[in-house]
Amino acid sequence: MREVRPRLPIHYLLIGIVAIYAIALVGIPTAAIIGGALNKGIAALVMAVTAPDVIHAFEVTVLLAVGAGAFNLVAGLLLAWVLVRHEFRGKQLLIALVDAPFVISPVIIGAVLIIVFGRGGWLSIPNVPIAFALPGMMIAVIIVTMPFVAREVMPVLAALGPEQEEGAFTLGAGRWYTFRRIVLPELRIALLYGLALTFSRALGEFGAVIVVGGAIQGLTETATVYIFRALDDRNTVGAYGAAIILAGLSVILLNVIERLNRRRLSRHTATSGAASE
Amino acid sequence: MATQISAAVNSTVTTRSGIKPGLRIPQHPPTTARWGVLGLRFAALSYLAACVLIPLLIISIAGLREGLDVFVQNITRPAAIHAIGLSLWTAGLMTALNTVMGALTAWILVRFRFPGKMLLNALVDLPFAIPTLVAGVMLVLLLGPQTALGGLFEHTFGVRLLFAPPGIVLALLFVSYPLVVRTVQPALHQLDSDQMEAAYTLGGSGWYTFRRVVFPAIRPALLTGALLSFARALGEFGAVVIVAGNIPMRSQLASVYIYGQVEAGDLGAASGVSVVLLFIAFALTFWVDWRERRRHA
Repeated sequence: MREVRPRLPIHYLLIGIVAIYAIALVGIPTAAIIGGALNKGIAALVMAVTAPDVIHAFEVTVLLAVGAGAFNLVAGLLLAWVLVRHEFRGKQLLIALVDAPFVISPVIIGAVLIIVFGRGGWLSIPNVPIAFALPGMMIAVIIVTMPFVAREVMPVLAALGPEQEEGAFTLGAGRWYTFRRIVLPELRIALLYGLALTFSRALGEFGAVIVVGGAIQGLTETATVYIFRALDDRNTVGAYGAAIILAGLSVILLNVIERLNRRRLSRHTATSGAASE
Repeated sequence: MATQISAAVNSTVTTRSGIKPGLRIPQHPPTTARWGVLGLRFAALSYLAACVLIPLLIISIAGLREGLDVFVQNITRPAAIHAIGLSLWTAGLMTALNTVMGALTAWILVRFRFPGKMLLNALVDLPFAIPTLVAGVMLVLLLGPQTALGGLFEHTFGVRLLFAPPGIVLALLFVSYPLVVRTVQPALHQLDSDQMEAAYTLGGSGWYTFRRVVFPAIRPALLTGALLSFARALGEFGAVVIVAGNIPMRSQLASVYIYGQVEAGDLGAASGVSVVLLFIAFALTFWVDWRERRRHA
């Protein structure tokens, strides 16, 4: 559809309605929290967010995000590869399952891990802390962010087609060499894109980590869990400050994603343009 | 490198099936590679199973293992029924509003050039970037009874926003806003301007054009977006846990109820309600998928 300038009064009316809606729903709350964090001055804000427990909470969050990102990058690539390149029965059903974690509530993921690894759980091993500890939280974040890498990589891999790989393979290149030199460079942007989405989602994860981790201060408290506790303690500057930092990190990540996406699109049009010449 | 190889290959061997006679190319990889393939497949499918199928299986077993009557007892406790009901109707109302406003936003973004469009685009994307808990914090800050806006509604109109359905719907709207917009936008982009303008110039009103040309084209995307919003909203926790509060029989949502039951150590009750929520979400997804497929068949 072509983009046009609005002509009729109804066009201006509709644009106005949408603008007011977006500003009221998203803009004003965002401005409010920035205002709330700065309410008692920048010094108070800096004091609040550099408290040891806040720093520890952010360390836990980043650790979980990096761990889940690294794991899902490798496993997601492998899953995408098998779901696109291999042929076997039931493949379509499994492809439909990739998106399922988007529909499963994170709280339910947390509950599942408590059922399995919690006190008196089905697989709880004495002296091996999984529930109410970082390993359980890591598993939770990995499950919640599982789809991102796989679903970014799958369409790119499908569009790439197996011809180049088969060509390289028949010319005597080893499987690993073929993958590393032919496939991986093509997937680089999709992988980074999936990784950034995973990271952004992991930073903000709350439901699964509070259930599995049990919100133990100084141990399993992530940034989101800290915000939740700080609100309860009426430590509003700390809560709003940590919330802004967390949201800011995600917005920066999203911008990186956008830039990558634009690069991917421009590259796509460049290659298709070259093909049509 | 890649293009060199593919060019070299294209000159001798065209496609997978079109291998030139006389060339000796191994049709099947050697047995060691065969094991490698199976190993890869096993690892990848284990990962998928561990992240999706096994959790679904575990929650179902935990909810149903003490028998159907215990399951029914668990999910028919007054607080559980109220929580599921509240989750369903707030998510449903949000989905209706979000579908209309999301489609309108997508339409404006695709169709018109106007100042501030970049800003509108950024606002639409912002809820994706903001952790849902932070979204909840924002609304509490804005709508709490001590704030100007919350006080105004409470004293002037007698409407409580926070710890009540209006706040819940707002929080769900916030986190779901991009879902419909970003699914409908590509469908609108593909829409043929000529077709639309033809309908319009042939005397069809704007509304007629929308109903007969635009709506049928974006219908599948609209349904997908609406369904995604609804399913996500049913399980949403971070945004609603502070906004809704945790008052059983009043503002407690199903996800918050599950959280409370896990904390209280009643895993049977938590699993029971989880099973109901998952069943509704998946059944709805499959039903819409099936109906759409039948329409196109």
